[in-house]
Amino acid sequence: MKYKQLLILTILLLPAVLVKAQEPSLLDILGEGEKTTEYTTNAFKGSRVINSHSMEMLHPGTMDFRILHRFGRINQGVYQLFGLDQASMRMGFDFGLQKNLVVGVGRSTSKKELDGFIKYRLLWQSKGARVMPVSVIAVAGMTVNGLKDVTGNPEVATTFSRRLGYYYSLIVGRKFSDRLTIQLAPTLVHTNIVENRLVPNNLYALGFGGRFKFTKRMAIVWDYSYAFNRFPENVNYNPLSLGIDIETGGHVFQLHFSNAVGMNERAFLSDDNGNWLKGDIQFGFNLSRVFQIKKQKVQP
Amino acid sequence: MTKQMFFLAALMALVLPAADAQKLFTRSGKVFFNATAPSSPEVIEASQTSGTFVLDQSTGNLEMAVLIKGFSFERALMQEHFNENYMESSKFPKATFKGKLDKLSDVNFTKDGTYTTNVSGDLTIHGVIQKVTTPVNIIVKSGAVSAATKFSLTLKDYGIDIPSLVADKVGKQATLTVNVDLKPM
Repeated sequence: MKYKQLLILTILLLPAVLVKAQEPSLLDILGEGEKTTEYTTNAFKGSRVINSHSMEMLHPGTMDFRILHRFGRINQGVYQLFGLDQASMRMGFDFGLQKNLVVGVGRSTSKKELDGFIKYRLLWQSKGARVMPVSVIAVAGMTVNGLKDVTGNPEVATTFSRRLGYYYSLIVGRKFSDRLTIQLAPTLVHTNIVENRLVPNNLYALGFGGRFKFTKRMAIVWDYSYAFNRFPENVNYNPLSLGIDIETGGHVFQLHFSNAVGMNERAFLSDDNGNWLKGDIQFGFNLSRVFQIKKQKVQP
Repeated sequence: MTKQMFFLAALMALVLPAADAQKLFTRSGKVFFNATAPSSPEVIEASQTSGTFVLDQSTGNLEMAVLIKGFSFERALMQEHFNENYMESSKFPKATFKGKLDKLSDVNFTKDGTYTTNVSGDLTIHGVIQKVTTPVNIIVKSGAVSAATKFSLTLKDYGIDIPSLVADKVGKQATLTVNVDLKPM
């Protein structure tokens, strides 16, 4: 009987004794508090994988000044210094308006094309209180061909609507770890006027892009798109770009090799791309400089 | 006899946790961070207002933790680099301090006044633990306790490398200013 009482007493007192013995950390006593949601950031170094839009958004209040260069084909040999004697470029400005909204404009030398886009984040990958395995981002863009004669056919007049093209992309991406990010992007490109009846006005494609970060400031990136309904006889290949991202503090340099010359979704998907196996590839770089337009609050 | 023992047990179970009344805490501690190099054209500073802090009045033990991702910079790009390149906040999400007031008798928590003493302990930043001692001001005003302190640290001691490219902006030294208004737990 006596033992039973003693046992009960011991059991009752045990927790208190244990707590005392462990000397718990003061913060542990306080507990974790409210669980917060941690959103994924820095999935890519920049807002483009290489050519395609990436799952990365600009911060609100910032402007991204982008200069993109694509040189000539390297298989032209020494006379053209492996393509470096020729260059095509796109200059663009992207603006982070809200945390989930980015707009941008740009102009390419190829086809004297003006393009603009709206990029909206529908879902943001997160962990903690709210768990979301992927980020989902919708992009809608429009392109305006600026050539005097857009059709190259004297029987077809150049009207404004014949200058236009559109692209729509839904990016589904996941940052798997600090190093690895992969995204898929079903994309539709609509071109108002195409060369002939056999070339589709609506081109459906699936983008597959990603990056592998191998140091804090450098990453390998790849950007491939498979088009489902390309006209088979068309001497045109799916765009594949391979490159390295280098971040130097204020700038992000993306150096790469690609068989695509186009620097917006319409151009790199539906314009003529070369054949990697024949060496129809060009060296290119994207240079991105982000400016803070509206400063965030820091309170001492 | 049985009743008495149960009573005793119940009393002890109640009394032991009640000792926590000696503890003061906050979940909204202000931390200000400055790592501007002496001749930098722009300021490298950040702040946050969600540090957790606990002080045990009876022992002088205190602890603090802040989430690295909670720091907000003037420029989003700086914030990005701070997390991604310097603090590696996904690997080391928190900075913590676990220490003790050097002379608890310097502070009278029941009497209004400003008390200055030293605090010593382990400062953990970027996964590296360093022993530090720094002065702390404890202010007691009509029963409410607040504390203010400042840590000066050398970034290299915490395994944070500043590349030469940005050395003209980001200093080798940084200061952490902490301000907390405490309430009983």
